[in-house]
Amino acid sequence: MSDPVGLPMPTVRPVEGRMGVLAEHAPKPIKVVLNWGRRYSLWVFNFGLACCAIEFIATSMGRHDFIRLGVIPFAPGPRQADLMVVSGTVTDKMAPAIRRLYDQMPEPKYVISFGACSNSGGPYWDSYSVTKGVDTVIPVDVYVPGCPPRPEALLHGIIRLQEQIATERLSGAKLRGRYAGTRLATAGDVSRPLVTKPSGIRHDGEAVTREGH
Amino acid sequence: MPLGSLPARHNVAGAKNRRLRAAVLGVAWRGGAWSRHHGGSGIARLAGMSGYVAVAAVLVAGLLLVTVAMVVRRLLAPHAPHVGKLTTYESGVDPVGEGWAQTKVRYFVYAFLYVVFAVDAVYLFPWAHVLRSADIGTASLVEMGIFIGVIVLGLAHAARRGLLRWV
Repeated sequence: MSDPVGLPMPTVRPVEGRMGVLAEHAPKPIKVVLNWGRRYSLWVFNFGLACCAIEFIATSMGRHDFIRLGVIPFAPGPRQADLMVVSGTVTDKMAPAIRRLYDQMPEPKYVISFGACSNSGGPYWDSYSVTKGVDTVIPVDVYVPGCPPRPEALLHGIIRLQEQIATERLSGAKLRGRYAGTRLATAGDVSRPLVTKPSGIRHDGEAVTREGH
Repeated sequence: MPLGSLPARHNVAGAKNRRLRAAVLGVAWRGGAWSRHHGGSGIARLAGMSGYVAVAAVLVAGLLLVTVAMVVRRLLAPHAPHVGKLTTYESGVDPVGEGWAQTKVRYFVYAFLYVVFAVDAVYLFPWAHVLRSADIGTASLVEMGIFIGVIVLGLAHAARRGLLRWV
């Protein structure tokens, strides 16, 4: 057996993070108003990777309708989104793209991990190619369990996230803390190198030839 | 409601509106019809450009809206730029090359045929609308003949170059 291919060591990067002047020094009632605005206008970016994405789409449609909670579906891209819902099986090949698109979302940004696969790898936890939870790649605010979770579960997750946003006190120091140390990964930090070719030696130690013996 | 009761109030508002409109647009209410001031002072001539004033007002309002929105965002929003965030958006993969790239000159064929087949239609539709009018109908028919002649010349050129062959 060849050794498992690990991720490259993340590098420590300087972090620049600050709040707008008004928002930093605003009195508490104004911050409550700002949080109120944030929690009820969540432009959502659906990172649909598997069957959970269908449940996400069902939640956005008329029957479950998360727009009534202020979640606005299908942002044009990550640069216009506040909330990323990772719904489906995250593979090591997709992980760098998830990281990059998360990086490109504007602050403040939130992530809901939707379904067993993106929570922990789910039924594919022992697969060679599946990432063991999207929280190994990006910070997650709310986990929604289920395989796949029903749309009501996502609605519950959204309400939980909105409760978190309501009590949130954003500040420059907290922003810097969030990305301090090695937590500011780039897509390169979460890219694995290619898996090496089999060595040509069977498990019993015998060399494999073209004929198979 | 008797019809007489409403116009009384209406007239007051109407007169007020008319005064306002006269001030803004440089037009006057003369015996039941709007008429525009002509000549006279510089202000009156300026007022004659009321259409451009409206365009300028829309421009100023647009600029103001964007400026205010950007300034408020700057004052309120958190700000944490870094390398990954500032790279070009390419659906999550690393961008390749630069934004500037050369286009192969042979694509001019598509532009050429597009002009021949699509852009002429843009002019043909409004022309069909005025074809029957007494004053410009005949003249427009001749002009359109010249225009289509030029286009057909282009089409003949494309055919001669073998651009119409189905590959």
